Amino acid sequence: MSQIDHTALWLTMIGLGLGSFGLRFIFLGLIGDRALPEWVQRHLRYTSVAVLPAIVAPLIAFPAATGGTPDLPRTAAATVTLAVGYFTKNVIAAIGTGAATLYLLLYLVG
Amino acid sequence: MTTSLRSEFAKGLRGGAPFVLVIIPFGLLFGVVATEAGLNVLEALSFSVVVIAGAAQFTALQLLQDQLPVAIVLLSALCVNLRMAMYSAALTQHLGPLPLWKKAVAAYFTVDQTFATAALDYEKRPNRTAEQKFAFFMGAAIAICPAWYVFTIVGAMVGNAIPESFALDFAVPITFLAMIAPALRSMAHVAAAFTSVVLALALSGLPYNLGLPIAALCAMIVGAAVEQRLTRAEATA
Repeated sequence: MSQIDHTALWLTMIGLGLGSFGLRFIFLGLIGDRALPEWVQRHLRYTSVAVLPAIVAPLIAFPAATGGTPDLPRTAAATVTLAVGYFTKNVIAAIGTGAATLYLLLYLVG
Repeated sequence: MTTSLRSEFAKGLRGGAPFVLVIIPFGLLFGVVATEAGLNVLEALSFSVVVIAGAAQFTALQLLQDQLPVAIVLLSALCVNLRMAMYSAALTQHLGPLPLWKKAVAAYFTVDQTFATAALDYEKRPNRTAEQKFAFFMGAAIAICPAWYVFTIVGAMVGNAIPESFALDFAVPITFLAMIAPALRSMAHVAAAFTSVVLALALSGLPYNLGLPIAALCAMIVGAAVEQRLTRAEATA
């Protein structure tokens, strides 16, 4: 993993801060009490499950730490995290079991 | 502050308190990951105070490490935060009559957990003034948000002490998966996530990580389309 350029970091921080505030303020402070069209709401409901998997999939398929080749500990940890999260709906339990799987397998198979 | 506002504030504090259990590990993890990426404690804290949105912060940090242009990083991280506009629209019917500065304060503190706490309460006890609802919201915000700042600092301080062998490279993927899995509530959500994964991998060779916004956009369209099909099928069944 390479280090972050600090100018880029602060630009991102400020831009993301302003942009996020804008998204939080847009209806409350600017547009007022007007419902979003149904089709817009329908698309917005899927933002999280549309964006986050696209970020995470390459990180799991091509892990930087192994030079881009998937290995058993990381693949197993990802599978366990997903399964526990899906069935328990508990984010913390999913992180815990995923991390435990990763460490156990890294310890066993290296 | 009158007695009624003070009691609303206290109710908000109590309503938001359970979420601190979720905020603590996330804050810690963000601090640790930020340190690993080369941020100092002040920078990590600034990130959490200025942006105050976990998933978007993790996204921005990851993409910055991939050395992508700031515009691409912002576009992707703001996509993650689009749901905040939905929260804003939903809060307007309750907090709309407040003076602008109070609405700005509420907007800053609008995160998943404060919104969830407030929305649940407003639904249960709808007949209160905007001022009372604001007092409740601020109670929830004070319970939840400072924990995010504090544990970002703790994570950033601890992060430096964690040795390389802890495989922290995988902290971000595991955190993201743990957030995605419980969100797969329906076939439409699963279809959207699946589309997102397939396209992100297929398009991973594109410059500027453009595969990400393309995959995300297509996945949103697929999710919405599947939802519409399912709703229609239900209506005719």
